[in-house]
Amino acid sequence: MALSYDSDGAEIQAHAFEYRRCVDEDAAVPARHPVVVVGAGPVGLSLAVDLAQRGQRVLLLDNDHRLSTGSRAICFAKRTLEIWDRLGVGDAMCRKGVGWNVGRVYCGDAQLYRFDLLPEPGHERPAFINLQQYYAEAYLAVRAAELPNLEIRWRHTVAGCTQTAEGVRLDVDTPAGRYAIDADYVAACDGSRSPLRALLGQESKGRVFRDRFLIADVKMAADFPAERWFWFDPPFHPHQSVLLHRQPDGVWRIDFQLGWDTDPEVEKRPENIRPRIDAMMKAALGRAVPYELEWASVYTFACLRMERFVHGRVVFAGDAAHGVSPFGARGANSGVQDADNLAWKLDLVLRGIAPRALLDSYGLEREFAADENILNSTRATDFITPKSAISRLFRDAALDLARSHPFARRIVNSGRLSVPATLHDSTLNTADRDAFEGPLVPGAPAADAPLDGGGWLLRRLTGGGFTALVFAGDAGAVRAGMEGLVPIDIVPLPADGIAARRYDARPGTVYLLRPDQHVCARWRSASAADVALALRHALART
Amino acid sequence: MALITEPNLESVDPFYEALIETHRDLDEARSHALNARLVLLLANHIGRQDVLLEALRAARASGC
Repeated sequence: MALSYDSDGAEIQAHAFEYRRCVDEDAAVPARHPVVVVGAGPVGLSLAVDLAQRGQRVLLLDNDHRLSTGSRAICFAKRTLEIWDRLGVGDAMCRKGVGWNVGRVYCGDAQLYRFDLLPEPGHERPAFINLQQYYAEAYLAVRAAELPNLEIRWRHTVAGCTQTAEGVRLDVDTPAGRYAIDADYVAACDGSRSPLRALLGQESKGRVFRDRFLIADVKMAADFPAERWFWFDPPFHPHQSVLLHRQPDGVWRIDFQLGWDTDPEVEKRPENIRPRIDAMMKAALGRAVPYELEWASVYTFACLRMERFVHGRVVFAGDAAHGVSPFGARGANSGVQDADNLAWKLDLVLRGIAPRALLDSYGLEREFAADENILNSTRATDFITPKSAISRLFRDAALDLARSHPFARRIVNSGRLSVPATLHDSTLNTADRDAFEGPLVPGAPAADAPLDGGGWLLRRLTGGGFTALVFAGDAGAVRAGMEGLVPIDIVPLPADGIAARRYDARPGTVYLLRPDQHVCARWRSASAADVALALRHALART
Repeated sequence: MALITEPNLESVDPFYEALIETHRDLDEARSHALNARLVLLLANHIGRQDVLLEALRAARASGC
């Protein structure tokens, strides 16, 4: 039975996609594909859908025939949801997911503080939804199946990769044997152990943390609110940290820090997991609640990245390119942002509208974003699991002060949760000529706002091309500026109201947004020449 | 230099006495913990990153 947006978790996890023999396997000469995406995880699927929506003929290869086993990534950030809105799956994700904005941090048995990640109203999407990775992948796979120019081949394993100036030759193993295909471009979204990375002789380097964590997903009829709860040194798990998250279907994610000197195989046994969960529930709920253990895993992690994400015609994205610790939900979320950044660029390069330099900007922008994510995730990890006596001393000092002093609550770091990178120094930006206030500088992702007469601003930006936000002004300059370049979708907005406030707009203000909704230029008053020059910058044509 | 290293304490000897007095009857571990809390309290009061970085450098450089 085919998967649908209504498939339940058991169906999705049991679903086996079939290996199908394809014509390429019998071709005398390797078939040529404009773009091959390798890896049908959240990143590869998002990228493939995005490229296919742009009209590209996309081939997606996956070495397996199942979606994610177990919940794995569960926290999907506002920006990811906005990207998935553009891909047509945001509603399905949010309908199923558990939306949340509030987190609580405990130390010992006392609450230190609570935080709200989305303190202002007027955004369509919450700061986060929690959703098992298999749902996210299933909805993307359902969307992919709606696109006739997107072909997914399950159980097709890339076993060889050679590049020439003209293209990439991939050797692909299937249950029926080996065949070869040629591609103009290959996007490697094949995960943290990326076989393509190894085939190219590349490495992902960084810092490995000597600590172990146990993830347990349990199904229970408990009435914790939809919030993120984090404990430092709780009485039920002394000297370590614990994280609790609610997922759909009455499933709860509990993440126990174990320390380095533990045996993962022993810790993974249900008889050893259950006492930990029982103790946590008694402390958090005051009573034991019956539950089923859905999935458990013991993991370690590293913060690392490839030195460069673009290697000729092979481009790396997601965990294949970079890895972070889980504190902050910056893994899958940053990977989906990679896909968002890459799809429009690859499309314009394949169409010959933009030069190869536009792809290089993908590398520069997402390497910058990876560094930001790694920095945030490393700092959180060092706070949660101090690596020296003095580091623990200051950590405990901050926790002690946080009970009664607000400033120390800002120091406490249980994970700085994923927000998209502002691409400050991107070569695609046009520097401000005019004075603006607020965070929507060139390089920033567009902020959502409710529109007069209903609807949301970001939903108006799902056309996939460049957009000009024109605040109470004439769009003539924008129309003239795009002549001979690429079309710009014009969105007229009033110079008062929430959108105008968020963009610090006055009558005549124009924002130029890239197809991935990042600001690339803005003016108090724009001429056709301004728009044309900024557009050329954003296409890497200057 | 943004960090004041010329004399600036309102009442030097009483402050020093109070600092030592604050640690009275604490064992070494508790004293270290108190000092760590004190560093964080004072750092927040100062607030400015450039001043704090200078103070960190000066403290590190003055050790024997």
